[in-house]
Amino acid sequence: MKIDGAAVKVGVWEAFLLVLRRELALSFRRPDQLLQPLVFFLIVTTLFPLGLSVQLSLLRDMAPGVLWVAALLSSLLSLDALFKSDADDGTLEQLALSGQGLTVIVMAKTLAHWLVSGAALVLVSPVVGTALAIPEGAFGTMMLSLSLCSLTLSWLGAIGAGLTVGLKRGNVLLSLIVLPLAMPLLIFGAGATDRAISGTSPAGALYLLAALCVLTCTLAPFAATAALRISLE
Amino acid sequence: MWTWFYKLASPPYVFGVAAALTPWFFALAALTIGYGTVAGLVFAPPDYQQGDAFRIIYVHAPAAWLSLFAYTTMAVAGGIGLIWRIKMGHAVAAATAPIGASFTLLALVTGSLWGRPMWGTYWAWDPRLTSELILLFLYVGVMSLRPAFEEPARGDRAAALLSIVGVVNVPIIHFSVVWWNSLHQGATVAKIGTPDMPGSMLRPLLSMLLGFMLFYGAVLCIRVRGEVLNRERQATWVREAVKS
Amino acid sequence: MNIAPDGLCVEKVHVWRGDRHVLRGVSLDVHPGELMHVSGPNGTGKTTLLRVVSGLLRPEKGGVAWQGRSIATTAAEYQSALAYASHEPALKSDLTALENLRFTVGLKRRVTAAELRSSLERTGVGACADLPARVLSAGQRRRVAMARVLAFRAELWLLDEPYTNLDGSGSSLLSALLAEHVGQGGVALVVAHHDLNVAVQTRQLELQ
Repeated sequence: MKIDGAAVKVGVWEAFLLVLRRELALSFRRPDQLLQPLVFFLIVTTLFPLGLSVQLSLLRDMAPGVLWVAALLSSLLSLDALFKSDADDGTLEQLALSGQGLTVIVMAKTLAHWLVSGAALVLVSPVVGTALAIPEGAFGTMMLSLSLCSLTLSWLGAIGAGLTVGLKRGNVLLSLIVLPLAMPLLIFGAGATDRAISGTSPAGALYLLAALCVLTCTLAPFAATAALRISLE
Repeated sequence: MWTWFYKLASPPYVFGVAAALTPWFFALAALTIGYGTVAGLVFAPPDYQQGDAFRIIYVHAPAAWLSLFAYTTMAVAGGIGLIWRIKMGHAVAAATAPIGASFTLLALVTGSLWGRPMWGTYWAWDPRLTSELILLFLYVGVMSLRPAFEEPARGDRAAALLSIVGVVNVPIIHFSVVWWNSLHQGATVAKIGTPDMPGSMLRPLLSMLLGFMLFYGAVLCIRVRGEVLNRERQATWVREAVKS
Repeated sequence: MNIAPDGLCVEKVHVWRGDRHVLRGVSLDVHPGELMHVSGPNGTGKTTLLRVVSGLLRPEKGGVAWQGRSIATTAAEYQSALAYASHEPALKSDLTALENLRFTVGLKRRVTAAELRSSLERTGVGACADLPARVLSAGQRRRVAMARVLAFRAELWLLDEPYTNLDGSGSSLLSALLAEHVGQGGVALVVAHHDLNVAVQTRQLELQ
């Protein structure tokens, strides 16, 4: 047989890192696409105070909700691109046939997506928090709950993106699918920040958020892989 | 017992069984709903707190229960279709989706009408109401995803996967009144031990619940037959059945 | 139907696309050292057949076996032994030719940049190794895809319309590479709507 008998098989971790590098390389070669969701996030959070022209104290009450809705919407913008570009140019099939199992690849892609969108949002959030009159004492809770939320959202979005990748106007359906699943996140995430602002302990909400995050991170990879396989047929 | 299960994978068999069951379901549904309505609206005593307004429970509670039951049925049927590739599973899932969505809407509307005299508001963002609303959106998501695929078989599989992902919401809705302090009253019937309601109020409620489930069964049978005819329209047995 | 203990065996595969019965009980077998040419008019399911063989599409009935074992149960091993080329070259336009190869071949086996460059040299696009794929012509992209197939060093080649966009020298190069692969005991299944001019005995399957 022709195949090189001494061919070194690529381990799962090595494959994961390779796909992660690929995704990050692709993201950073298009810096404009990287910044668009962040700019959207900043613009949307500005819209609320402008549109409602409220007192500073009232703004503080609204702030967690506004922050979360803006984060949710800007994450949705970038979710559509998770698998679409690879599906369009045929490279998704090459990944599916790489012998590594689609789950590893989906995990690497989703993590990369979170790093450039969700994690970026968390880093920018203190700026937005200041603009919305959130007291600095609550920043810690805000950033922690935003991290947990965005990670869970990336995974829910991966399922939605896997299901809608081949569809025309799939991005509308993607939002329709992901938003109901993300509503509990919104409730707990905003709730935790709210409590931190008013001085009571956000621990309960944070624990629930963490539980949702763990549940999603454990089960979602398999659902997202199954979804992608359906779309690849 | 498994032979019965295998038979259910056969479209003509399902078509026939559904046809046979429909009149029975309708008849029994009429009886139980009739009894429940009369006993609940006329004979049950008024509630000492709410007066006659509580009677909306005879529609609201069964509708809410059915919304959860139908979603679970849709997820299980879709799962059977997805995992074992049994097409009838997808047919049942597709048939049950609009029925479940309607029950959810009914539960939300009747709940809203009930909320006005009870809490003073048509709507409140408390856990049970919010999670029931999320359930409605999940139904809409599943019903929108299925036709979006050019190939019906792939649409079925995608919708089945989505309904399974959403089934996590069902226990959250059910237990939301236990886990969170909320405006919505706690469990009255499903508590272990003696239920809180007196018999004269409870019997019509259980009867309505059973009646709604039978009604759901009847409508499901009709819709499943329609789905089977549509999906198997190329098959010879369908041509024969339609001709006669 | 005798199951060959080695090589590819497709047995009575049925695929429906919506209402259309695209593949009606298609069977074929290809042994090591053989080239199979799948032809037929448009819409007869040639690409569908290739996708079933690659494992991307599960048939309603029938199955595919590689070296005597069903591909449904040995997916990872089977994928390691195959090189699939769709009729699009499947390159990321923002990555260079070399990077494109590294991120796909690198998942199947450990490769060095030198090996990948030599594959690109063999298919005549060595000079394009560090250029982003978006600046390459269609013919060059096809050659990069060919280099990828070479770099996989797989036993089974599944190629869908591989001669698209290739000029005269490119076509003869591809035919030579196919002959070499088959000559060394590899298996090749090529979908093409035209005649193949490969210097080995070619078996034919025409889909209706």
